[in-house]
Amino acid sequence: MTPTVVLPVIIGGLYAAGVYLLLDRSLTRVLLGFLLLGNATNLLLLSAGGAAGLAPILGVSDPEDMNDPLPQALILTAIVITFGISAFVLAMIHRSWRLVRQEVVGTDEEDRRVAARKGTDADELDPDDLVPADRPAGHADGLRGADPDDVPADDIDLPAGTR
Amino acid sequence: MTSVLAPLPVLLPLLGAAAALLLAHHPRAQRTLSLVVLTAVVAVSVVLLFTADAEGATAVSVGGWPVPLGIVLVVDRLSALMLVVASTVALGVLLFAVGQGAADRDEDTPLSIFHPTFLVLVAGVSNAFLAGDLFNLYVGFEILLMASYVLLTLGGTAPRIRGGITYVIVSLTSSLLFLAAIGLVYAATGTVNMADLAVELGELPEGTQVLLQSMLLIAFGIKAAVFPLSAWLPDSYPTAPAPVTAVFAGLLTKVGVYAIIRTQTLLFPGGALDDLLMWAALATMVIGILGAVAQTDLRRLLSFTLVSHIGYMVFGIALGTAAGLAGAIFYVAHHIAIQTTLFLVAGLVERQGGTTSIDRLGGLARRSPLLAVLFFVPAMNLAGIPPLSGFIGKLGLLQAGVAEGSALAYTLVAGGVVTSLLTLVAIARVWTRAFWRPPTQAPIEDTAAAAAADAGPSGGGTGPGSADGAGELTARQVAWRRHTRVATAADPDIAPAAGAVRALRPLPRTMVAATAALVTVTVALTGVAGFLYGLSDRAAQDLVERTPYVESVFDAPTAEEAE
Repeated sequence: MTPTVVLPVIIGGLYAAGVYLLLDRSLTRVLLGFLLLGNATNLLLLSAGGAAGLAPILGVSDPEDMNDPLPQALILTAIVITFGISAFVLAMIHRSWRLVRQEVVGTDEEDRRVAARKGTDADELDPDDLVPADRPAGHADGLRGADPDDVPADDIDLPAGTR
Repeated sequence: MTSVLAPLPVLLPLLGAAAALLLAHHPRAQRTLSLVVLTAVVAVSVVLLFTADAEGATAVSVGGWPVPLGIVLVVDRLSALMLVVASTVALGVLLFAVGQGAADRDEDTPLSIFHPTFLVLVAGVSNAFLAGDLFNLYVGFEILLMASYVLLTLGGTAPRIRGGITYVIVSLTSSLLFLAAIGLVYAATGTVNMADLAVELGELPEGTQVLLQSMLLIAFGIKAAVFPLSAWLPDSYPTAPAPVTAVFAGLLTKVGVYAIIRTQTLLFPGGALDDLLMWAALATMVIGILGAVAQTDLRRLLSFTLVSHIGYMVFGIALGTAAGLAGAIFYVAHHIAIQTTLFLVAGLVERQGGTTSIDRLGGLARRSPLLAVLFFVPAMNLAGIPPLSGFIGKLGLLQAGVAEGSALAYTLVAGGVVTSLLTLVAIARVWTRAFWRPPTQAPIEDTAAAAAADAGPSGGGTGPGSADGAGELTARQVAWRRHTRVATAADPDIAPAAGAVRALRPLPRTMVAATAALVTVTVALTGVAGFLYGLSDRAAQDLVERTPYVESVFDAPTAEEAE
């Protein structure tokens, strides 16, 4: 009973391919990557049980030659879990396709908006420095008909309606 | 008695989930069932806590297999305390969800799916807390994650699917890493039983130990949202329905923290990676809270404070002393309650104001004083204002840091104080804008209009009064105004037509009552802080000694002996 070199090589190959696919933006590739990684991990568990042996059934084989049954039990559990999650991810890919005709990892728009702000917090932006179209609603120039020169610059949230 | 009660926090919700699924067409029976089940879980957990505190750790071999082989459930002070806090908070959230479902029959939250999934989530959390071996811990994680995937994408709207995808992929990666670590641990030691590992791992070469420890820490660090593994959290949490975000914020990350506590104390007590954890804690605290200060959306802001305050717990764990661990355990208990409550309040704010953007909210303090109180108390608690429990937890951690005395520990103490201050800044911004700002800048009354505005420029033209004046505005202007809008009478584009201003919808009583109950719990934590801190102290002592846990497992009676 000598350890085999085949398993580690396969595990390494599966991990490499799996990570490569997982890093893709397309969700189907991510799912395939996840499946490869799951299989690689299952093989890792299998090889954790030591060298190959006979079926661990009492009365069929001698306990001396038996394989370690515990990793196999763990693998069975892991396979079931992987199966369930794959089904869920597939359903999510399908839903994403139905909704937006896309199956890629989306961008966090709110995050992008916060990141796009230049240095200053929105609280400290002086609306008078902005082009009129970018000024927030409720800014002084929202007063229609008022002479812009008569309206003092305000960069605090003065209620325009009370003037 | 523990041997009978210990499996119940897992079994009851699982059986309850099955029954709730069968009752899918009888919403009232389903609601009653899940409330009863969770109440029972709370009761069982309280009994377990007092038994564990009086008699020390107890282990139960499920299925009667001899100890290192079979599955063991271990109830010690730490796991029992976590069970009590988690189930109490879950009950409060369920009550809130029932109130919300009854209030609006919202198709975004199909309740027939919600109840069974929520119970499965609770079962997974309980299983993770009770697990006595690494693989059962993995199964517990998978149960709660599977449930969380479903809850996060409830209704399957576009933003939820987008946020859900990030969450699912990140969780999958961490689970695979965890499973691979289990495989390697088994290859190195031949066991996955944690009590057994506590002995076996110490005999491995140091390099192997560090490898296994870092693999487990990375896997748990992703789940606990420790920087730099935290970026997924503020992206995915805020999109979910309010009760779901609340229960996630309270429980899921804390299960990760719990797993880190177990790994660091029971499996790898050498403290090989403590310095690294210290730096991670500092970065989590400071970067998290800086993120919170930058946000303008209440839910996202709270998500960032959640990340930031995980840093405090990691700080306590990294100290490795009994005092540090006691502080961390107390802080976990405090933070589960407080963060959940704040997310529920954010849900109420959204109902009342029609949005969670603090740029658009205003005048809530005058319009809804009860809501203001419900927000103010836990918010101050989060920031650590004395005499509330947040202050006590932070003080304990800072004292433990000073007692440690190293330069790094002092840096962390300084970082903790700065984070606390910045939390206050972030919270004060919400308070001044959403609550204190003059109510003449009325928040949007019409949630349908707000929703249309949220949909972006393409949704333009559906808001009230948008027909007049819209012609002279470019699409970009409309989009910007909708984005930054504070509806005022002088702004005909977005203000509701005169006379169209409706009275505020009264908040559903059950939702307010559930939130108020949780706020009371957070205040009560301060009242029983002496007892709670004593308990955390004893739990931390057990963790540092390690022997109570290990002995309890090896003394666990198998089924035949019990008979």
